[in-house]
Amino acid sequence: MTDPILDIRGISKSFGALKASNNISLDLRPGEIHALIGPNGAGKSTLIKQIAGGLRPDSGSVYFDGQDITDLSTAARARLGMGRTFQVSSLAMEYTVLQNAVLGALGNRGDIFRFFRPVMKDADLLATASEALEMVGLEDFKSSVTSELSHGQRRQLEVAVALTLSPKVFLMDEPMAGLGTEGSHRLMGFLGELKHKTPILLVEHDMDAVFTLADRISVLVYGEIIASGSVDEIRGNPIVRSAYLGEEAET
Amino acid sequence: MRKETICNAALLFGLLAFPLWAWVTDEPFLITLTTRAIVFAIAGVGLNFALGFGGLVSLGHAAFFGLGGYVMGVLAFHAQTYTSVMDWPFVISGTKSMPIIWLVTIILSAVLAVGIGALSLRTSGVYFIMITLAFAQMLFYFTISWSTYGGEDGLSIYVRNGFPGLNTMDPIQYYAICYVVLLMVLAFVFALSRSSFGLALGASRQNEDRIQAVGQVPFRLYLTAFAISGAITGLSGALFADLNRFVSPTMFSWQTSGEIMVFVILGGVGRVFGPVAGAVLFIVLEHLLGGLSEFWHIYLGAILLGVVLFARGGLYGLIAGREVAHD
Ligand SMILES: Nc1ncnc2c1ncn2[C@@H]1O[C@H](COP(=O)(O)OP(=O)(O)OP(=O)(O)O)[C@@H](O)[C@H]1O
Ligand SMILES: [Mg+2]
Repeated sequence: MTDPILDIRGISKSFGALKASNNISLDLRPGEIHALIGPNGAGKSTLIKQIAGGLRPDSGSVYFDGQDITDLSTAARARLGMGRTFQVSSLAMEYTVLQNAVLGALGNRGDIFRFFRPVMKDADLLATASEALEMVGLEDFKSSVTSELSHGQRRQLEVAVALTLSPKVFLMDEPMAGLGTEGSHRLMGFLGELKHKTPILLVEHDMDAVFTLADRISVLVYGEIIASGSVDEIRGNPIVRSAYLGEEAET
Repeated sequence: MRKETICNAALLFGLLAFPLWAWVTDEPFLITLTTRAIVFAIAGVGLNFALGFGGLVSLGHAAFFGLGGYVMGVLAFHAQTYTSVMDWPFVISGTKSMPIIWLVTIILSAVLAVGIGALSLRTSGVYFIMITLAFAQMLFYFTISWSTYGGEDGLSIYVRNGFPGLNTMDPIQYYAICYVVLLMVLAFVFALSRSSFGLALGASRQNEDRIQAVGQVPFRLYLTAFAISGAITGLSGALFADLNRFVSPTMFSWQTSGEIMVFVILGGVGRVFGPVAGAVLFIVLEHLLGGLSEFWHIYLGAILLGVVLFARGGLYGLIAGREVAHD
């Protein structure tokens, strides 16, 4: 078995009396999509935040590429190679699609303290940005202002910006929400290819997508991982069916 | 051509044509009035870089404006009294050279901005506004009690500082100096706004999560922007003091900070040329309304309220459209 690139060891986080993460351990290995599913409010985004930075666990640690990164800032983690997409789009809304993608490429290259050369004429950055936008299918929207994009397009742009970082892992928080059938299928095909280069920790509500894409699935309920295993194991797990899949069928 | 570009060109042309006309018709007062507008414009362009581009609402930019004024006042005072600013550990003598005064001002203002920024940028929102205000107030009270340099009464200098090859006491020549400085500052800020730094700074203002997710730290961007902003506003303070041949603690007052912010808001936050339009409008209003009533600030306040409520983009928003350019 290959070493995990991302290794979460016994993370706990409480908000007052609420245990949002309760001794969570999970890992991500090269070449795989590890899906994290669970009902609303289960603590999925909270877990992603503790991995990507921005929220410090009360206890436990996060290992990335063999290094303990629990105390690193969000920016430092991104520079180490964590590419993240947000559940609630976090883009520069006044910028164009291309500017957002160039920002990613620039952040990744690291030389942001340049004061005179016009950044939108930098051929390298433009090439990286355009390539990423093409991959997610936004090449025709380069000059659209981000605030005018549909929700689905914003999700695509989130993914594109993460791509410009050439990260070692992707942390994607519901990248398919709002995409529509066609968009979802396109993105699913894309993620299925992408994982061979870069493994993905995928939070997703769309069960079809998860069962099609995932190599492994972990189920989070009330801050606790109640089951973890292959697609078939999870599909057949009675606890999961009652705790999660059952609820899903009712709503 | 875009409307905004036309507005920019018209502004620069107006600031060139009007004083030349005043010069031809021998109206030195109007030349000085224009110079005042230009100096205020520079102060506003400086604040706008922090406020409009970085989203840093500083209500303490009088700190830099006043510092520029006192750098000019102190250096010129020692030069005209043939004394030294300090003798130990090394001798610093005064100077009547504008370029040297500007250079010292820019450096000291940037250093002051880094100091103030390092402390205040750890907060945001109302706290940031209050802390920047508090720093300017500290300097205000400090200069009031600093009797070596006139305390509350301020400091007068006999003749304007010198610029190689020019007679700075001639209004049109001093105007020309200020106009060229304005052009240089505008070109500088325009370049910054299109640079890597400008892109990252703007992104940080719009969404800090985004800039962190691409591996960069908002604080560093803000601190750099604050230093640049302070240096520009500082420079305008030195020019203002030279224009009046007088510097006093008033330059550090919160009213001064407020006026600089008014230039930015009137003109249009986040547009390179916005504060130029704002400062010109301010001077025109001050001149026209000030002639009608001593309480012209009330009318100014009403206009400002109108702008904030109904024309969020300021003058530039009204004339050139709401959308900021994208290239
Ligand atoms: N900063 C916070 N302070 C207090 N409570 C929080 C905070 N962040 C999240 N919570 C709570 O923690 C729980 C887990 O939230 P989280 O956003 O992680 O859920 P989720 O699994 O991502 O849900 P969804 O599927 O709706 O995105 C929720 O009950 C939420 O209200
Ligand atoms: Mg969530």
